[in-house]
Amino acid sequence: MANGSLANEVSYLEYQGKHKGILGWLLSVDHKRIGLMYLMGIMIFFFVAMTLGVMMRLEMLTPGETIMKPQTYNSVFTLHGVIMVFLFIIPAIPAVFGNFMLPIQIGAKDVAFPRLNLFSWYLYVVGAILAIVSLFVGGGAADTGWTFYVPYSIRSAQNVTMTTMAAFVLGFSSIVTGLNFVVTIHRMRAPGMTWFRMPLFVWGLYATSWIQVLATPVIGITLALIMLERYIGIGVFDPALGGDPILYQHLFWIYSHPAVYIMILPAMGVVSEILPTFARKDIFGYKQIAISSLGIALIGYLVWGHHMFVSGMSDTSRIVFSLLTFLVAIPTGVKIFNWVATLYKASIRFSAPLYYVLGFIFIFSIGGLTGLVLGALATDIHVTDTYFVVAHFHYVMFGGMGIMFFATMHYWFPKVFGKMYNEKIAIVACTVIIIGFNLLYFPMFIMGYMGMPRRYYDYLPQFQGWHILSTVGSWILVSGIVFMYGNLLYALLKGPKASMNPWGGTTLEWRVPSPPPLENFDEIPIVTGGPYVHDKQTYIMHPSKEGLNANGGTKTVNQEAAI
Amino acid sequence: MTEHSEVLNQGEHAAVHVHRDDEGSKMGMWLFLFTELLLFGGLFLIYGAYRFEYADGFKVAAADMNSFIGAVNTIILLTSSLSAALSIAAMQRNQKKLALGMLWFTILCGIAFLVNKYFEWSHEIHNGIYPGGPALENMSNGEILYFGLYYVMTGLHGLHVIIGLIFIGFVMVFIARDKITSTNFQKLENAGLYWHLVDVIWIFLFPLFYLLH
Repeated sequence: MANGSLANEVSYLEYQGKHKGILGWLLSVDHKRIGLMYLMGIMIFFFVAMTLGVMMRLEMLTPGETIMKPQTYNSVFTLHGVIMVFLFIIPAIPAVFGNFMLPIQIGAKDVAFPRLNLFSWYLYVVGAILAIVSLFVGGGAADTGWTFYVPYSIRSAQNVTMTTMAAFVLGFSSIVTGLNFVVTIHRMRAPGMTWFRMPLFVWGLYATSWIQVLATPVIGITLALIMLERYIGIGVFDPALGGDPILYQHLFWIYSHPAVYIMILPAMGVVSEILPTFARKDIFGYKQIAISSLGIALIGYLVWGHHMFVSGMSDTSRIVFSLLTFLVAIPTGVKIFNWVATLYKASIRFSAPLYYVLGFIFIFSIGGLTGLVLGALATDIHVTDTYFVVAHFHYVMFGGMGIMFFATMHYWFPKVFGKMYNEKIAIVACTVIIIGFNLLYFPMFIMGYMGMPRRYYDYLPQFQGWHILSTVGSWILVSGIVFMYGNLLYALLKGPKASMNPWGGTTLEWRVPSPPPLENFDEIPIVTGGPYVHDKQTYIMHPSKEGLNANGGTKTVNQEAAI
Repeated sequence: MTEHSEVLNQGEHAAVHVHRDDEGSKMGMWLFLFTELLLFGGLFLIYGAYRFEYADGFKVAAADMNSFIGAVNTIILLTSSLSAALSIAAMQRNQKKLALGMLWFTILCGIAFLVNKYFEWSHEIHNGIYPGGPALENMSNGEILYFGLYYVMTGLHGLHVIIGLIFIGFVMVFIARDKITSTNFQKLENAGLYWHLVDVIWIFLFPLFYLLH
């Protein structure tokens, strides 16, 4: 490539290739631009689904009808779930920051299959459009809940087919991204970047990608069967024709439980990036954290039955699933203890990303411990299908992955855009978000324990106090989020320039300019040590200038001659 | 190897940036094949569950299948897999014409398979055996599920045959234009891998639907 050096003199944001303007983005196979295009889509849908969530909370302000009819409420909670799960939580960290940071962190110029990467973004867009169109055509938006349980999803007159189609296409997008990342991590690591020198974010993505590849096809076929069932009535899930609805639930959760770890593992990976940076010391228990990611992915594959404790399963399988569920707590606990141990006796710098991470550890611990209440058979039966479940998965999904997505944005914002935001405002916004979050979801634990069922648009008067508290919490949370995004948006337009390494991070992305040049590195660096070493350099950024060849040894005569 | 040659050229900056990694490409293909196996895996799981629950109905329904046509189709697909493998061997020896000939043969076999399948399906549909069809409606639940799964699984497999044929068609264009050569044949190998997957899945479908009475 004749202009190889030329392309690297400008950042990926300014580079003008074959296509100019908007086409330069839409046809770009650069992993950084694709990451940003994902970010655009994900932000839009996050706000759509958040608005739906606020509307639901508003409906629950008073008993009976407040702002919507029961049928509308059913559609609203379905779409809130579908959009949040398939369009925000699953792709957010891997597709945005995984795409952006993974190649840089392992010292590569791009992912293994750049065109496939762009293709997966287009699949994401197609899926998103289908989800939106399904709102307005046919019998109206799907009202089945995001789980599409049969037989109702076969019988419902609403437009369930198109919504399942959307989820199907989005699943395909997710598979393609996962496949790309696995090959990238296996084949594209820079010389000297051994498996145990990879940053922990890469480990998190690696475990995630395997789940995406190995679990998503199952939901693909299951959703395809729902569509076929609705069109031609093949009978596999239709009790009237001998089909078994419980079988559907098994197949659905065989994917959807591992999907929970697709959501959380990359977030945990970012925690392991942010903590050593702001603690100014090496992470405690690097290998344990890396392996525990794989452990969570592996065990997470075998626990789907805990979503079905009251659906009709033998006692033996319920006990086995319950036991396996408890086992997931072990690798998760390993991570939490190692993170806290990293902070012990560290010289901590309290910056905005760290505030979000500390909020995450607090919230996620509550979410994790209440997960054990649900994983234990006896207590689960008491709180099944109540607000307790709703509170639990919002604590782990939103409080876990969502808050970490905010942390990730604050951590890598200067690198991605080359601008710096106002840290004081970011910290204030973080505080508001965490207060609002707990006010919104903690009352749900109490209501659920008292027996408030989920997915009802109405309730008994005795719950009203808690519901009001929760709705007020939703207002505080949303204002915190708007505040936070406003701050970032302002920084994007008017913020001061960020330096190459504003936080003192030790991984490779902090050794390239902010924003990174088109090809990330002038030369593929050589890695000589672990990812979180603060007191000495572990990367040789320009091996040829130092007379080294790709393997780290001195150049041989032949290589000199070749150059 | 290619990766390393790229790195070595870094020193002069104007390195050849056509990133080619045959190992990576093959690995990506294998991962994709895993996803295909799991896609069908869901259906095999459903088949297993219902075979267990409705053993009698499945037996009655399976007796209706013509195992002769099924066996012919099995032979056709196995032969086509052989020719696909031979085309790779021919390409490695730089025998472009032979490789193309083998792929033509593979495509013909694939089409023959689909034609057979078409006659099988139309025979059943003619007899009113299809989801919602007059004959199937009066059958037992086991038989309804058997034929429901029969259409879904062989239909999905047939779709994969068609995709495989298109894949091979593209590869043939690449060979004709010398984009695939004796030293650069990973695309051909990937097409071959995909075709073998189509074959392997049929090898499981055949006994499950035709032979287990």
